[in-house]
Amino acid sequence: MRMAQYILRRVVFAVFTLFGLSVIIFVMARVLPGDPARMAAGPRAPEWVVEQIREQLNLDKPLHVQYFLWLRDVFNGDLGYSIFTKRSVTQDVIEYLPASLELIAVAAVFQILGAFALGVLAGMYAYRWVDNAIRLFAYIGISIPAFGWAVIFQLVFAWKLDLFPVQGMLSVEAPERITGFVTIDSLITGRFDAFTDFLKHAVLPAMALAIGPMAQEARLIRSGMIDNRYKDYILLMESHGVPKRKLMFKYLLKPSAIPAVTVMGMDIASLLGNAFLVEIVFNWPGFSRYAISVMLNKDLNAIVAVVMVIGVIFIIANIIVDIIAAYLDPRIRYVERGE
Amino acid sequence: MAGEKKEALLEIRDLKVNYKVYKGTLKVLNGVELRVGKGERIGLVGESGSGKTTTLKSILRILPYNASIEDGRILYKGIDLLRADERVLNEVRRREIAMIFQDPMAALNPVFKVRDQLYDIIKESARGKLAKEEIEEIAYRLLKEVRLPDVERVMDSYPFQLSGGMRQRVVIAMALASARELLLADEPTTNLDVTIQDQILRLLADLTMKRNLSVILVSHALGMVRKMTDRTYVMYAGDIVEEGDSGEIFENPLHPYTQLLVETAPKLTGNWNPRGVPGRIPDYLNPPPGCRFHTRCPFAEQICREKKPPMIAVEGGKRVRCWLYYKR
Ligand SMILES: Nc1ncnc2c1ncn2[C@@H]1O[C@H](COP(=O)(O)OP(=O)(O)OP(=O)(O)O)[C@@H](O)[C@H]1O
Ligand SMILES: [Mg+2]
Repeated sequence: MRMAQYILRRVVFAVFTLFGLSVIIFVMARVLPGDPARMAAGPRAPEWVVEQIREQLNLDKPLHVQYFLWLRDVFNGDLGYSIFTKRSVTQDVIEYLPASLELIAVAAVFQILGAFALGVLAGMYAYRWVDNAIRLFAYIGISIPAFGWAVIFQLVFAWKLDLFPVQGMLSVEAPERITGFVTIDSLITGRFDAFTDFLKHAVLPAMALAIGPMAQEARLIRSGMIDNRYKDYILLMESHGVPKRKLMFKYLLKPSAIPAVTVMGMDIASLLGNAFLVEIVFNWPGFSRYAISVMLNKDLNAIVAVVMVIGVIFIIANIIVDIIAAYLDPRIRYVERGE
Repeated sequence: MAGEKKEALLEIRDLKVNYKVYKGTLKVLNGVELRVGKGERIGLVGESGSGKTTTLKSILRILPYNASIEDGRILYKGIDLLRADERVLNEVRRREIAMIFQDPMAALNPVFKVRDQLYDIIKESARGKLAKEEIEEIAYRLLKEVRLPDVERVMDSYPFQLSGGMRQRVVIAMALASARELLLADEPTTNLDVTIQDQILRLLADLTMKRNLSVILVSHALGMVRKMTDRTYVMYAGDIVEEGDSGEIFENPLHPYTQLLVETAPKLTGNWNPRGVPGRIPDYLNPPPGCRFHTRCPFAEQICREKKPPMIAVEGGKRVRCWLYYKR
């Protein structure tokens, strides 16, 4: 019951945040220099063509009218017309977003599992060689940016060792497009070959994306475990003869992991932005490349859509993390209700 | 009573414990000697930082990572706990000795319900495997015994939802689950509201009496220690400086430090303000040679600065670590 209220409050709050975000990005995109109508028409197009495009995009109307027209369309599932791809932005999003989300999902799994495995191991064997090795690894992991790892992994594991495909998302025929998500579509249609092929392609770019945040979170978990290991509440359970395993994995891990869990969601959402260069390196047909292209072309509707999509993903990730954090840490649940 | 030798349940011999810190090594416990007879109640007093908690934590081997036990033995029923293997030690922890921690705010895990923690402790304290209902029943009985109102609600609370007094009662209930022989009570009331300090101490006296538990009570409330215990040890800077009958020791203190302690203790309440003792505990990085108290002692002589005095038996079963009582 408490949890349900908590979630509801979160969602309502998120809706307001999204409204705010849409206003800001909508205005910013229009106030910044550069005439989108002129860019769409091309430098040599006559003025009346530019004028026409301007009307088509409602750019001749006052800002607040433009916004409400846009909002009305959004509620009808229409994100407007892209002057860059020359088709509906909604269509673009549907086409490019799933591939990126799937890549991020795989990266998120690596990130979470890796962070816990390394963090717990290092925390349990603090200052011994296991911990030293993990700390060194984490240090390197954080210092090299995601696209750096992308290049390294591609060279070593794809070119040199030939363990994974060098690039692309699929080397077999794509499954029939139902949801747009290759993993889901291949499972629905029974195309397990496409499923495993997809995973093989996803491993390296996902690892490249995951490694930095994974290292950071592993460090948080490690230091949490070290900080808490000799707190009275752990010593109390130890003094009652609670077995080591339960002491570590129940009573120590839970309070120690909470800080890491709270950053995980944000880290995962940021992958969407970081994915750009990695997607380029691995020639991944994702959303990031689309996002950069429309920004360079001042494609107003597409820019607003891209920002809104990233915003929605951030907010969803945030809500999920808040829920998990509240589930793990009762103090969050109760304190927020003013108890 | 004085001088009467009861069968020893616990005997600490020459315990030396250091803490490693960035600046060097803190030589805290300097050869602690302490004996608890079966069913005996022991008081352990001394100002803040004298090593009382370190002594108690050594018994259950729950010292922090930077502590090292340099020397000594802790014999419990003849077994040296410092050298016992994990399995034997855990047997003792599970059903023989338990500790009540100094700060009830810090002693309970903030992200688990009281129920979780208490059940796990009860599970461990049983010889065989307990059924769920049995655990539940024991938990209820224990929480009732420490006089917590609304047991059901307390069980389903997280520690931060309980007051300090309630938390300490929960910690006591946990200790009662495991302690069948010896209870280590580390300033069980210091961090509590004055109004409930007496209640908690009385409760402890009551419950340990009923169960015939041996007790080591660490407290700044000298009046309470005197009432609740049979014998008292006075600790100064990692040394036991005086030992004797609890009634006697505060009535007629021998060691200059004990005299100082008793003098500065407010007479009416029995609450002793640790800041009341003039001077400070010496630096453990470079503890003074000889008697560690000589830097503050009004009677210090040359020998006090050079040689640590032995424990000297005095009339009335008292023992004191001071050259003043040394007769050649
Ligand atoms: N983990 C630690 N690292 C370094 N020094 C420590 C550590 N724990 C305790 N000490 C030091 O050891 C000395 C004895 O501490 P201890 O907690 O045993 O004293 P105490 O008699 O229980 O004091 P109090 O009445 O304040 O509880 C103090 O000087 C303290 O600062
Ligand atoms: Mg203490």
